[in-house]
Amino acid sequence: MTGYRLQSGGSGITRDEPLRFTWDGEACQGVQGDSLASALMSCGKRTVARGFKYHRPRGIMSAGPEEGGALVTVGEGARREPNAKTPCIELYDGLVATGQNAWPNVRFDLGQVNDVFSRFFSAGFYYKTFMGVGRGTWEWMQFEKIIRRAAGMGAASHEADPASYEYVHDFCDVLVVGSGPAGLAAAEACVAEELDVMVVEQDFALGGSLLACTGQVEGQLAPAWLTARLEALKGARLLPRTTAFGLYDTNVVGLYEKVTDHLAHPHEALPRGRIRIVRPGRIILATGALERPIAFGNNDRPGCMLAHGAQTYVNRFAVAPGKQAVIATNNDGAYASAMALEAAGINTTVLDVRPNGHAAAEEAAGAGVKVRAGYVPVRAQGSKSATGIEIGPMENGHARSSDRIFTDIVAMSGGWSPAIHLVSHRGVKPVWDAEHCCFVSGEPPEGVALTGSAAAQFSTERCLDHARATAEDAIHALTGRRTRNAERPDPGGWETPIHALWEVTLKDEKLKSFIDPQHDVTTEDVRLAAREGYASVEHMKRYTTLGMATDQGKMGGVIGLALLADALEQSIPETGITTFRPPYTPVPIGAFAGRASGAHWKPIRRTPFHEVLEETGFRFLDVGVWKRAWWQKTRPDEYLDSAYVRETRNVRERVGMVDVTTLGKIAVQGPDAAEFLNRVYVNGFGKLPVGKCRYGVMLRDDGIVFDDGVTWRLGEEEFLMTATTAHAATVMAWLEMLLQSRWPDLRVHVASTTDQWAGVAVAGPRAREVLQPLLTGDLSNEAVPFMGILQAEMKVEGGTIPVTIARISFSGEQAFEVMTPADWGPILWKTLAPAVEAAGGSPYGVEALGALRIEKGHVTGAELDGRVTLEDAGLGKMASSKKPFIGNVLRKRPDLTREDRPQLAHFVPVNDGERFSIGAIVCENGKIEGHGIGWITGVTVAPVLDDKWLGIGFVAGGPAAWEGKTVTIADPVRGRNTEVRVMSAHQYDPKGERMHG
Amino acid sequence: MLLINCPFCGPRDHSEFTYVDVAMTYPALDAPEKEWFEAVFLRENPKGRVFELWQHTLGCRSLLILERDTLTHEIFSVRMAHPGMQAACEENVA
Repeated sequence: MTGYRLQSGGSGITRDEPLRFTWDGEACQGVQGDSLASALMSCGKRTVARGFKYHRPRGIMSAGPEEGGALVTVGEGARREPNAKTPCIELYDGLVATGQNAWPNVRFDLGQVNDVFSRFFSAGFYYKTFMGVGRGTWEWMQFEKIIRRAAGMGAASHEADPASYEYVHDFCDVLVVGSGPAGLAAAEACVAEELDVMVVEQDFALGGSLLACTGQVEGQLAPAWLTARLEALKGARLLPRTTAFGLYDTNVVGLYEKVTDHLAHPHEALPRGRIRIVRPGRIILATGALERPIAFGNNDRPGCMLAHGAQTYVNRFAVAPGKQAVIATNNDGAYASAMALEAAGINTTVLDVRPNGHAAAEEAAGAGVKVRAGYVPVRAQGSKSATGIEIGPMENGHARSSDRIFTDIVAMSGGWSPAIHLVSHRGVKPVWDAEHCCFVSGEPPEGVALTGSAAAQFSTERCLDHARATAEDAIHALTGRRTRNAERPDPGGWETPIHALWEVTLKDEKLKSFIDPQHDVTTEDVRLAAREGYASVEHMKRYTTLGMATDQGKMGGVIGLALLADALEQSIPETGITTFRPPYTPVPIGAFAGRASGAHWKPIRRTPFHEVLEETGFRFLDVGVWKRAWWQKTRPDEYLDSAYVRETRNVRERVGMVDVTTLGKIAVQGPDAAEFLNRVYVNGFGKLPVGKCRYGVMLRDDGIVFDDGVTWRLGEEEFLMTATTAHAATVMAWLEMLLQSRWPDLRVHVASTTDQWAGVAVAGPRAREVLQPLLTGDLSNEAVPFMGILQAEMKVEGGTIPVTIARISFSGEQAFEVMTPADWGPILWKTLAPAVEAAGGSPYGVEALGALRIEKGHVTGAELDGRVTLEDAGLGKMASSKKPFIGNVLRKRPDLTREDRPQLAHFVPVNDGERFSIGAIVCENGKIEGHGIGWITGVTVAPVLDDKWLGIGFVAGGPAAWEGKTVTIADPVRGRNTEVRVMSAHQYDPKGERMHG
Repeated sequence: MLLINCPFCGPRDHSEFTYVDVAMTYPALDAPEKEWFEAVFLRENPKGRVFELWQHTLGCRSLLILERDTLTHEIFSVRMAHPGMQAACEENVA
């Protein structure tokens, strides 16, 4: 028999609003208010999934996130989401769902052959197979592939997630997690005191267990009571479809709100989901309790489900899971479920492991439910789904199979586990409550309280009393007011005590009893783990994978450790419980990225010249977050390789101009500015005259080179420091740290001015000739010698702009850096470019900039990689011996002063036409082994060497040991070895006549 | 998800801040190598209350001294690393 829609009832559905959906390609219909599970059940779909290992048929087992059976794939294409728990999917018109982990489909799955061989797939089989005979062989590799394919869950899409997500930071006085009776009562009490209250509910409907309740609450029918509470909560923020997935330090709560998953046609501007980071004043956890199954034979057959789940389908969705029901229980809670099923016309029998004669049983019997006290379920019958159940009484710890009942619903209630996951996230250890057969929370952290069945209150009345007392404490803590003096009830609420029943066994026959249906973990697997020495609960978990599926042990975790305790002949508290960790239920990984994906992953920085460069054919290179001009395409057939050589040659022979705006620029000002720079740089700045600039190198505390750049002295107390593009931000933070923390007595202020200045370097033998006619000031070698500064006006179309010019050379040619306020940048470029071109030159990009500096032997971030000393970089002579500076002590450690340290050198192929790459390893000739004796950091075609290939990098001992000798550059990644000659890195214009000219 | 109470900006999410260093006194620039070696390389890694140097990188850029528990992440106090800036903040509050 299969499920069907009942003629009446259904507190959560709207019958006259049909919704169409597709299940495994078949058109189906549900109604507004259905979950995917209730809709599938109403359409008579019974087997909707297949087990992870054995491919056994599975049906709907619950009505919540503890679902262990009905996992399906929802959506199509890039939006496909595997392993969705059908009870948690809100139905909408057009929903598409498919079965997974089955071929050809979930109803008839060839993979079920695994069930026959299940004794080979017990816990740890995978590790054992790795250790057995034949490992590493071809046969094993084939076998492994088959196993990998056979075991599994749904397949995720390989496409990028097209959905968008966002973050919200929220604040409130009281956050109530859960909207069942306790959550609503607590929230109402807080709202009445005019507190700012947020209520979050993971379900799409508010009400929690009230939605499955047809009885009375405080003298009102449950739906009326619910309506009244929601009316009273008008001043609160109610967030359905929102899960509190984690509780973090300082009581920060992570919420995930599903925004559009339930909409047939969501507005494109809406995000799919929202992470809310909430900082509440107080937190009330009314998260409810999770019903546990009971382990008995074939308890995973479709038709086997949790008792309260069955009740929810009947009362909330008006769907009957079948015609006949057997409910196996060990506690009073299942009788409400039995009466709900009976009232819906389902012929219901309760098997209660406890003896006869208690009130709940009598009330149920009065309502027509058959009660068989002292009986337990032994084995579900039916090959594809449950058609009956063997039952029997308990004798000496085992069941004796005595009877059969024909039934298509086998419901279970093995007790209730308070949902204490969130406090557990804060490191609170769960405590075993033997009286109620469950773990309860230890003392929660300050500001957090549990209430309702999360606090082991097992009747609605007690939940409400407890919730109001809990709310009162929160109100008192926040406002100082005492509203009433409610007593907080002790845990409990059942008239007849629960009787522990984890597993039903036969004396002389093994049953296949599942405790984690998602991962196909059976009771025998737990005993096997114990036998093989996995006696710690954490080891057992990993060996059997119990509780490691998407429900994270919500269904079977407690049974598993109870059985482990039993196998080890110790108590449950001695055995312990695994730690709950966030998230409580799965959160899409994209949600954690929020808006920071695609183009928003990181900011984009463009220089003021960007548009004019783009218009003139420049291509751009991502350097950190900057878009830097890379090379200029001047002809259709010109590409990077030819363009940069042309640009480089222009600079050497005539003139070029390049955007240098990305250099970090830091204003250093104040009476002690010179002293500050003296301490920061290895070389002296105290005697630098106003109107001059100087190249400086700074070290870290440990003596390793940190950064380099030119600093301009614009006034007695005013400097402009430049830092490399890559290190600009870290240099800035470093200077701030020194001034605020280490040397607060220095009267210096630093400010980043990178964005305030647009900068162009004009370089080449004709640089002065190009610039001079445009300027008001004198740029002659006498007026502005090498490292001189000129503040002047530049004549531009329609007027003049202010410029500051420093005579600095990165290329080795006569060169000037021209700075102007950023707004004038485009005008500066448009004025300079025609003048440069008229002199036979051209603009150039960072590729040519790199070529020029490699030829000249100047270092950049590629060389100053955090391992290099001053001497390694060939800058040892810069260090002042007249003053202390940062890093000066530790740079003299023995290992940093060895002569055979890798030092800067040039490398040229012995055979013309050969090339090598950045990252290649320098080896002694013919000895390609180990880490070699150096490495390559930059390569280029070198026009100054007749277009030979030229590399810069490091070699142990440097040019002093290797100049003129041949070494091998090994590139095992590309399978290429190149013989090269080592040269000094300072062979181009070694006396600097071109720069100084 | 720490909330750091910047003396200048007020309480802000820790994602605006950068951890910089242990809050400590460094040797003089010309101190002996042993002192520098110990300061840079031989660090304690205590469990419990520590003083740390942070920067409000995405805010006022102040360097701050946090008194923090490395076990519970509880923050006991936040003050400006620069004594003059701290005094100015206190004056402003008063």
